[in-house]
Amino acid sequence: MGRKILFITTDQQRYDTLGCNGGTYARTPVIDAVAAQGVRYERAHPQSVVCMPSRSTMLTGQHVSTHGVWMNGVPLPEDAPSVAEVLHDAGYRTAIIGKPHFEPFLDPFARFAENGFARNGTFGPHRGFEHFESATHGAAGPLHYARWLATHHPEAVGMFYPVLDGLLEVNAMGGGDTGAPQAWHNAIPKEWYHTDWVADRTIAWLDSLQADDDWFCWMSFPDPHHPWDPPKDEIGRIDWRDLPLPENYIADATERERVIDAKPRHYRAWYDGRLVSNYEAPLAWAPATLTADQLREVTALNAVECELIDEAIGRVLDAIRARGWDDDVDIVFTTDHGELGGDFGLLFKGPYHVDGLMRLPLIWRPAPSAAATPSTVTRPVGLVDLAPTFCTIAGLPVPEWMEGRPLPVDDGDADTRGFERVLTEWDSDLFGVNVHLRTITRDGWVCTTYLPGSSHDGTEGELYDLANDPLQRENRWDDPSLASLRSDLVADLWDHQPPMRSPLPTVQAPV
Amino acid sequence: MYGSIRHQIRIARSADDVWALAGDPTKLHTWFPGIVDCTVDGTTRVITTGAGLPMPEQILQCDATQRRFQYRITAPIFRDHRGTIDVIELGPDECLVVYSTDCDPRTMALVIGGGSAGALAELKRQMEQEQH
Repeated sequence: MGRKILFITTDQQRYDTLGCNGGTYARTPVIDAVAAQGVRYERAHPQSVVCMPSRSTMLTGQHVSTHGVWMNGVPLPEDAPSVAEVLHDAGYRTAIIGKPHFEPFLDPFARFAENGFARNGTFGPHRGFEHFESATHGAAGPLHYARWLATHHPEAVGMFYPVLDGLLEVNAMGGGDTGAPQAWHNAIPKEWYHTDWVADRTIAWLDSLQADDDWFCWMSFPDPHHPWDPPKDEIGRIDWRDLPLPENYIADATERERVIDAKPRHYRAWYDGRLVSNYEAPLAWAPATLTADQLREVTALNAVECELIDEAIGRVLDAIRARGWDDDVDIVFTTDHGELGGDFGLLFKGPYHVDGLMRLPLIWRPAPSAAATPSTVTRPVGLVDLAPTFCTIAGLPVPEWMEGRPLPVDDGDADTRGFERVLTEWDSDLFGVNVHLRTITRDGWVCTTYLPGSSHDGTEGELYDLANDPLQRENRWDDPSLASLRSDLVADLWDHQPPMRSPLPTVQAPV
Repeated sequence: MYGSIRHQIRIARSADDVWALAGDPTKLHTWFPGIVDCTVDGTTRVITTGAGLPMPEQILQCDATQRRFQYRITAPIFRDHRGTIDVIELGPDECLVVYSTDCDPRTMALVIGGGSAGALAELKRQMEQEQH
């Protein structure tokens, strides 16, 4: 009998939403306790800051250029390798429960296998998962949660915020108390909300296993991704009126716009509502309209969602303890990418390689039977390192097709094995607007170079000193005193950036 | 807001051979993955998607001389739509097939356009496989 793996992901969760990472808005005692027993990573980055590419990296252990899911709406190829398949072939029972999103959701032609299971009343297998039970941010779509809700609680289907508007664009409609975009008072009872459903279904699957089974369970919560519509009976936990504004929200509009104007031009264009480069933010909303109170309310609703997730994880860990498995279970907690969360006055996500989107919560509690020493890793790691870590936990060799390495257990281990840099890439092409970024994080610097696109000529970039400017307010790309450092970082980036898969897979849906 | 998506593919078969399939409005479901049925009555075609959605269409043009087929989806979710399939001769045994989708709302252009990319790949597979 080997070590079992509980892989917990959330969607679009900021690093600073956990108590163990210094967060003050949400109470997260369960994950904080897991972190205290394990390894907490302070500089974990995704290889893409949107869902489908990032989740494909987690599954394959490959950079975006290699697996080819270069933006949302590009399906992961059917024959893509999968760490779940590696584990299943080695005898592990495997499941994914919650949000998968390796294939597009908007699928009226029913072309993608991921969307077929709920429609057919089946649960996989798919991509190495023998059990595949899906959910997303609401009650719509061809997913198991939506079918369950429609069958058992049809009165709740219409309670969620409508993620898309009548033109199928990401909805800009305001709600809540302040009219903030994608804020909503959701009348659904907590017990029917997707966070509790994901935990319930995970517990049910674990209950179906034999005591001596080895298992890999990816429990994938759709929250705290917008819409911010947690059950309204829960929102009294945190009164938005009492919240201090997020640290990187610049309240003075003149100073805020000065900071944005020092960044590449698409920041200001989006802020003013002149450019939407990607489908992941509302087309009909401009960040410049965001008020301080709207940001307070969004932050509070987001924190409520984080608390509900923490409590749901607690129920699953109780169930694992009740089965007597705890000593042999590795727990890995992370998210697919961050949320701008008011940084520089921005919300949602897009081609903005700053900490709000790139710095992720990542915690690994090795199985207590492995007798690991709790630690904090400050060196850069990536989600590309997760799949090799799972192989190592299972005692399996890391397949050659994986591009990451097993996560370091402390800084000494990271230094010994050369964890010096982490790469993040962005490509988008939407109705003639195309943006292309390549980023390296190394030696306490975040360096992004822009390739030619519809808004950039290929000379632009961003360079931030994480030690002296942790909020990334001063873009030093054009600082002559840093020219040599900048050249070195860009050269190092291109030395390690895998070439883009060819031919480039096509976008098959918006998301 | 309009969106416009275009996909194209080279096929190693004569334009006439490819047009015989791509230009036949009753056979769309045989090469467009995700369309499971289509019926034609005059200039009205109704396709049924794999998700079970019936979508009514108006055939605007079926021009064998230009090898151009044009249609419009008239389902309420579309404010406007025009789909165009052109089969362009490149040589005696090679042609280019271009599938264009112009649509309001633009999001549906991505959805239909994504389907049409898969359809072109399937059309090529069938036509070249049949050849051999």
